[in-house]
This record gives sequence, structure tokens and C-alpha cells, in this order.
Amino acid sequence: MNYYLLIPFLPLAAFLINILFGKSLLKENAHWVAILAVAGSWVISVATLIDVTGGKTLNQDLYTWVSSGGFKASVGFLIDPLTAVMLIVVTTCSTLIHIYSTGYMHGDNGYYRFFSYLSLFTFCMLMLVMANNFLQLYFGWEGVGLCSYFLIGYYFNKKSASDAGKKAFIVNRFGDFGFGIGIFMIFLTFGNIYYEPVFSQAGAFATKTVNFLGYDVHLMTLIALLLFCGSIGKSAQMPLHVWLPDAMEGPTPVSALIHAATMVTAGVFLVARCSPIFSLSETALMVVALTGAITSLFAATIGLVQNDLKRIIAYSTVSQLGYMFLACGVGAYTAGVFHLYTHAFFKALLFLCAGSVMHAMSGELDIQKMGGLKKHMPVTYATMLIASFSIAGVPGLAGFFSKDEILWLAYSGPSPVGKFVWLIGTFVAFLTAFYSFRLIFLTFHGTFRGTHEQEHHLHESPKSMTIPLMLLCIGAIASGWVGIPPLLHGGAHFTEFMKPVLGHPEGHGTHAEEWMVMAISVAVGLSGIGLAWFMYVKRRDIPVKLAEQFSGFHKILFNKYYVDELYSLIIVRPTIWIAKNVLIGVTDARIIEAIVNGVPAAIGGFSRQLRKVQTGFLHHYAIIMAAGALIIMGLMLMRSW
Amino acid sequence: MVPLNWYLMLSAAVFSIGVFGFLTRRNIIIMFMSVELMLNAVNISLVAFSHYLQDLRGQVLVFFIVTVAAAEAAIGLAIIIALFRNKATAHVDDMNEMKG
Repeated sequence: MNYYLLIPFLPLAAFLINILFGKSLLKENAHWVAILAVAGSWVISVATLIDVTGGKTLNQDLYTWVSSGGFKASVGFLIDPLTAVMLIVVTTCSTLIHIYSTGYMHGDNGYYRFFSYLSLFTFCMLMLVMANNFLQLYFGWEGVGLCSYFLIGYYFNKKSASDAGKKAFIVNRFGDFGFGIGIFMIFLTFGNIYYEPVFSQAGAFATKTVNFLGYDVHLMTLIALLLFCGSIGKSAQMPLHVWLPDAMEGPTPVSALIHAATMVTAGVFLVARCSPIFSLSETALMVVALTGAITSLFAATIGLVQNDLKRIIAYSTVSQLGYMFLACGVGAYTAGVFHLYTHAFFKALLFLCAGSVMHAMSGELDIQKMGGLKKHMPVTYATMLIASFSIAGVPGLAGFFSKDEILWLAYSGPSPVGKFVWLIGTFVAFLTAFYSFRLIFLTFHGTFRGTHEQEHHLHESPKSMTIPLMLLCIGAIASGWVGIPPLLHGGAHFTEFMKPVLGHPEGHGTHAEEWMVMAISVAVGLSGIGLAWFMYVKRRDIPVKLAEQFSGFHKILFNKYYVDELYSLIIVRPTIWIAKNVLIGVTDARIIEAIVNGVPAAIGGFSRQLRKVQTGFLHHYAIIMAAGALIIMGLMLMRSW
Repeated sequence: MVPLNWYLMLSAAVFSIGVFGFLTRRNIIIMFMSVELMLNAVNISLVAFSHYLQDLRGQVLVFFIVTVAAAEAAIGLAIIIALFRNKATAHVDDMNEMKG
């Protein structure tokens, strides 16, 4: 069984080799170490998946990390169906993106640095998904956050990139604060932070309440919501979604791997992993569902009007993550994880295609300056088109099955908000199809709108980039086939596979209703594509007219609902004001510096006075000595009386 | 037989003369002599007690003091001569460079 342990430690070894010897020895060959390690992890992950499909699970402590009183935590691994699927997602995307990066990052100064961070990220992400206790989960969670910071700020001499890195890190602190407290609460409640005892005992606390700020709060709701805080930050949900679009300052492979396929889905993974806790609290589930639904709507509407190629896909990611939370919130954890798994392929593919376009356009990202790239980059066009069909929910492709399952379970599930979130989800499906194809039509169709020089430069990317595109394309098409619902004579293998961990989602409805939900989601998807075609190919004048007619609304959407401005006003600027005027102005200048400078000044002043006693006149000393002797003698005489 | 008190009174008188001389005079040679007076006043009482108590340890201590006093006198006088060569004075009020 122990060969499973190699999965995370191969990338760790690659990280150490690259960070220590990359600069001096490996240089342009740094990618070999990283690719071999992650490919090795992938092979073992596949073997693991086969074992787990055969019914094997593993829950093993490797090394006792902390042992203090009643508290014990270890580096331990839990391999079950959920972990196995996450392993496949992480290692597959990671391997392909490593290969793609050899082409994309070719000739970069920090080549070895890039690959060592990618390896470190892969290690942390694998530790996160393989953990068997909350502390190790938290370690992986913060580790991937750190790597995200490193990689967003990879081009550190660009101010916007280093600012975006800081923003991602700081915004995530807000969520992780809640997550940390959630883990403390779990320890206080269960006296343990291992998954297995916590989840098996959770039922016993189902009705327990605790006093929180003077109110009696349902304990499981409190824990679930605190854990969900972490998810909100990591998975960029409202109101902490602001960091993800800015994270696109990092290199595109990073956007694909970390900010689309793997790290940002850790929040969904957390909710799915803690499903025994979430399931005990209807309130928490409702919050999860509504947060997901509102975020998906909110991000999709912003995506409609953006012009930055990568930011559109970033908003699409936020929106799709909202979809996954929506699924978890209605109790359909399997559907959420299923969407996580299919989304990883088509979203990584979208980003890598965007990177390929950027490569051809010499870094240009404004889709208004593109157009007609179809004939210059056929492979990129074909793969991106398939990825967009997949995300739009065209029947037969991966996105269709997972999206349909989410919508059906939202519609038919027992959740009180189920019908409402279904409605939002369906509308978002329409918006998703629309903006995805707006992107396709503006980028690849029509005539080229950039400069002459750029047009001359247009070329298809090298093999090292197009081959990963084609491989991911297979995932974007076929990854959904493991979860074909019984309605379409499929086996719903994915749901069955997940059943031991995530339970079976309840859905009550007739076949007719199920057909209806499916038909509506397909119809809105196709009409979204159709509308995009009509507006951006057929009648190019409509978008401009619409933007003029609804200029106020367009402006709000274009400026992302002014959320960044709002945060800047109510959080960033007051914080900086306090830092400048209170912390620097009062605490630092008046209190700390007063103590630091005051103590030596007092000592100096005292000694300046004391110096005067040493006059240099011998008889002064003699008199002082005599007087001292007299006083001592006097005291002794008085004592003896 | 001279009683112990007389020796002690003599010793106290000599010591007081020494203290008085040290505190009031400004000539460094006189101050030095006063110090020697104080040392020898102590020697007188030590010898007196040694005889009174029939204990030789007191006299042993006196030999030490005499030895130390001899050494001190040699070094002290040497310093005074060196000072006098530099300053051309034996007045202590003119020697106040060593101050804070």
C-alpha cells in the first residue's frame, strides 16, 4: 500500500532539486525533473484509482507531527473515492500543464523558479487532498495559497502582478481566519481533528447548541459556516471573489493550473469532504447554495462585457465554482464534485488556449483587438471551441453531464431553496454559453482588428503547447462519460463510486420532469450560443447599440459592480489610514519610539548629573570617605545600644 | 605596667591627628605623612592587643602592615616626585585633571 505515499513526495523532491540546483546546474533543463516527478505521481494516481475502484481504501498515519496533551495530529493519508478522483484531477492537469509550460515559458529568466514553484504547488495540493486530518488539510490549504502568491507575483518587477499577489494572499486571510476557528471548534467539540472520528461522531452533536456572542447557536451550523468561510476565500465566492480576476497577472499556465483547475476547487473539496457536518445543518447548506447561486449569477453577468481574454475566463471560473457550491448546497455533493472534475479539464483547456492566443498576439489580451485568428491557429481554435461547447453544456460533452446533474438535483432535491437556485442556475447556463461564445467569435472569427505588425506575427504555437491542448480536449469531451445519468441509459458510475463518501443525493421527480430540466438547460445553452453568434458575427452593430442604450447598466457591469472600489473605500483606505495615522503616527512614533529613545535618554541624563560627583579634588573624596566611615560607625554604635 | 587603655588612647589620638592632617592639609607630602600616621596608629593598637591577649597573630599582622607601608611609601613617593617634576607643585588643588 505504501507506494501511494510517493504521490505527494515525488513533486516535493522535484521542488527541492530545482530550487537548490536549478539556477546553477539545471537551468534550461529544469522542466525535466518537474515533469518526471509529476508524471510519476500521475501514474501512481491512476494505479490508486484502479485500486480504489476495486474497493480498497487506506487511512494511515505516516508520522506523528504534533502530540501535546489530548491533541494529536500527524502526517497521515486517507485514500478513498473522493481523494482518488481529486488525485486524478490534480495530477492529470498538472502533468499536461507542466508540459505546456516548457513551450510557454521557454526562454524566461526564472525558468527553474517557475518549475520549482509548480512542483511545490503540486506537492501542497496533493497533501491537501490526501490528508486524513484537519491540520494537514490546513497545511496543504495554506501551502497552495503561498504558491498561488508566488506564482501570481511571478513577474515580480511588474507592479500590477506583485499587487495582485498580495491581494490574493490578503483576501484569502479573511476566509482562512474563519476556517482556522472552524478547526478549533471541531477540536473543542470532538476533542480530535481526524476525519474518521469527527465524521462518525458528528451525528451525536446534531442538536447541540452553543452560546456565541450571547445567542444560542446551533453548533453544527456554526462549525459548517466557519469552514465555509475558508471555502469562500479559496474558491473566490462572494464577497471574497475579488482576488481571482486579478490573479490573472500570473503566467497563463498558472492561471490554468491553480486559478482554474485545482487550487480554487479546494473550497468545493472541503465542503464535500465535510459533508457529514454540512448535512446536519439545513441553514449552512442553504447559505452554501445561495452563496453559490448568487456568485455564479454575479460573475456571469460581469463576464458578459469584459474585454480581457483571461479575465473573462476568470469570471467564468468564479461562476462555475458558484455552480459547484450550488450543487453542494442542495445536498448533491457528488454532482458538485463531478462538476469540479469535468470543469478542471475544460477550464484548464480554455486557459491554455488563451495562453496560446496570447503567445501568438505577443501578450495582447484585449479581445476587441483580435478577430479572425481561426485560420492562423487551427489547433487552438478547434480545442477552444470544444472547451466552450463543453462549458456551454452542449449534449454529449463533459460539461453537459455535470451541469445537467446539478440542475436536476437542485430542481428535484429536498432543499427549500432548490427551485430558486435551479432557476438562477439555468439562467447562468444561458449567460455562460453567451459569454463563452462571445469570446470565441470575437477572438477567432471576423477580421483581424489589431495592428499590422501583430497580424504579421500570428502563428500557431509549438508542439509542446498544442499537444497538451489536444490531450486536455479529450478530457473536455470524454470526462463526463463516467457520469451519464440512468435517464440516458448511462450507469451514473460516478455517483455510485462516490456513494461511500458523499452519500446518495436525493432527487424525487418523474422522468418527464427530468427530461424537461435537461431540455431547458440544453435549450438555454444553445440559445446563448445562437445569440452570441447573432450579436458578434451577424450583426456587429447590436452590442454597441445595446451598450449605448443601457449605458448605466453596462458601466456597472464593466466596472464589476464596483466591488473593488467599494472594498477600497470601506476596507483598504480606512486600513491604510489607520496604519498611517494611528499605527505609524501614534503607536510607533509616540509610544514605541518614546520608550526606545526615552530609556537611554533618561540613563544618559542621570549619568551626566552623577559625573559631577567626580570632581578631581582629592580632599572631596577624602571628606566623602571620612563621612561615610563616620556614618557607618554611628550606625554600628546605635545598633550596639 | 601600662594599662591597655593608654595604648588605645594613644592610638586613637595618633589616628585622629592623621585624619585631621589628611583632611585639612593641601600639601601632598604632608597628606602622605598623615596616611602613614593612620597606619601606624592601627599598628599601635594591634601590638597592644597582641600583648594584652597574649596572641602573636596581632604582631604578625603588624609586620604585614609595615611591609605594605614600606612598599606604598616607595611607590607613593616615586609618584609624588614624578608629579612634582611635571607640575612643579606639591599642592593637591592643582592636581584635578582626573574628573568626570
